[in-house]
Amino acid sequence: MIVYNITVIGDMMIFFEALTEALALIFSGDAEIYGIMLLSLRVSGTATFLAACCGIPLGMFLGIRVYIGRRIVNNLVNTFMGLPPVVIGLFVFLALSRSGPMGFLSLLYTPTAMIIAQWILATPIITGITMAAVRSVQNKYRDTALSLGATESQLWFTILKEARISILAGICVAFGQAISEVGAIMIVGGNIRFSTRAMTTAIVLQTRMGIFGLAIALGIILITLAFLVNLIFTTLQEGVEVIR
Amino acid sequence: MTLLKVNNLSKKYAEKYAIKDISFEIEQGEFFTLIGPSGAGKTTLLRLIDLLEPPTSGQIEYNGWSLQTLPKKKIVHARREMGFVFQNPVVFSSTVKANVAYGLNFRKLSTDEIDERVQSALDMVGLRGFEERKALTLSGGEIQRVALARTLATEPNLLLLDEATADLDPTNVALIEKVLKKFNKEKEVTIVMATHNFFQAKRLGDSVGFLMEGEMIEIGTTDQIFNNPSDKRTEAFISGEMIY
Ligand SMILES: Nc1ncnc2c1ncn2[C@@H]1O[C@H](COP(=O)(O)OP(=O)(O)O)[C@@H](O)[C@H]1O
Ligand SMILES: [Mg+2]
Repeated sequence: MIVYNITVIGDMMIFFEALTEALALIFSGDAEIYGIMLLSLRVSGTATFLAACCGIPLGMFLGIRVYIGRRIVNNLVNTFMGLPPVVIGLFVFLALSRSGPMGFLSLLYTPTAMIIAQWILATPIITGITMAAVRSVQNKYRDTALSLGATESQLWFTILKEARISILAGICVAFGQAISEVGAIMIVGGNIRFSTRAMTTAIVLQTRMGIFGLAIALGIILITLAFLVNLIFTTLQEGVEVIR
Repeated sequence: MTLLKVNNLSKKYAEKYAIKDISFEIEQGEFFTLIGPSGAGKTTLLRLIDLLEPPTSGQIEYNGWSLQTLPKKKIVHARREMGFVFQNPVVFSSTVKANVAYGLNFRKLSTDEIDERVQSALDMVGLRGFEERKALTLSGGEIQRVALARTLATEPNLLLLDEATADLDPTNVALIEKVLKKFNKEKEVTIVMATHNFFQAKRLGDSVGFLMEGEMIEIGTTDQIFNNPSDKRTEAFISGEMIY
């Protein structure tokens, strides 16, 4: 009992020491930490942007134009939405490894490989959410828009406009998934210091090595980023509602 | 001049006919009311005329154009001659002003013209001062009036109304009926108005069609239908004996 208590107190001490160190690292503007953070933002940001470029048109097409086999489309999109990041990492690894079909590009263990993996992760999420959003908007507004004289493209634009908040939410969800994901970028990025080490992979490594200061610092930054993304989304949502 | 010519029109949903072999004609400038119990097929008939759905068989001629054989471009053209106020109207997630401007933006009118038409349409339905209100915050009756203003602003030649005053209080019913009469008499707008309220049909219509279970039971002048119906079912409906 006494021994147990001492261990607990000991653990607490380690935690507080690490926390102090973490805060010091964050506020001193430690170059490595900010480098890691910027890489994470760059990789997940680019992946989400590319995913939006593909997922929004694809989701609109599947949601509005595909009538036959809706059940199968739904199941397929849902399955891809739930792909475990490690599995994505595995397949991207196989594709990019030297003997793989895209091995000649020499992309393995580069940020580009990480972007590809997260793009594959984020695209189905944005596609699925866009698809569901445009379907419900189309059911609600199709007849009204057509009766007011909309052409085909004006109808699509109207649907997109009415679905914008849901699509925006989808982008935020996809970004959140990408930036907090660890399995895929660990496999295809390799967690190489000053090159492909992102926040999540750094946390895994540092924790395993018992260097909690850096791990906690990155954890705090990750949570803060999640909070900020949410805040931006809410602000945009309100802003969008105010504009005509 | 005959504006609308409906020939042997039928619409079948699953195994049931919502419209069964209907034929009739409407003159330019006529105020035609469509009465009948709920489920009679009034909404379906209006939707077929506005080309929101294809008929199972039969044709509709509008202004000499056979609507079922029109190319896609011309369909928009024909629809822009018509206006449709739905039974359960929806508003776009924007201001009242932007809502009323929707059809005008589709037609790419100038900003000045749009402002002018929006203003006069809002005046007509008693919604002056509501310009900047978010349409989603309106009451049911206000939404119905926005929907009417939105359609009137497009200056349709054929106005299709589906229970357009169902959600309004008596004062607003009187106001809207006056607006409709004015459009019909002064601007020679042809109106087809579906209503389950035969008092309203009596007040407004030049002629009446009585629809029941998808069939046009009887068509005639308002005077003839209400004072001298030739079918037992019409008599039962207008005497209020029909249970529905
Ligand atoms: N999309 C649809 N699918 C199946 N049945 C429909 C559909 N729309 C209307 N119906 C059926 O057609 C009949 C006529 O409906 P409707 O035109 O709405 O009548 P009304 O407007 O006179 O009340 C009803 O029996 C209704 O259930
Ligand atoms: Mg109806």
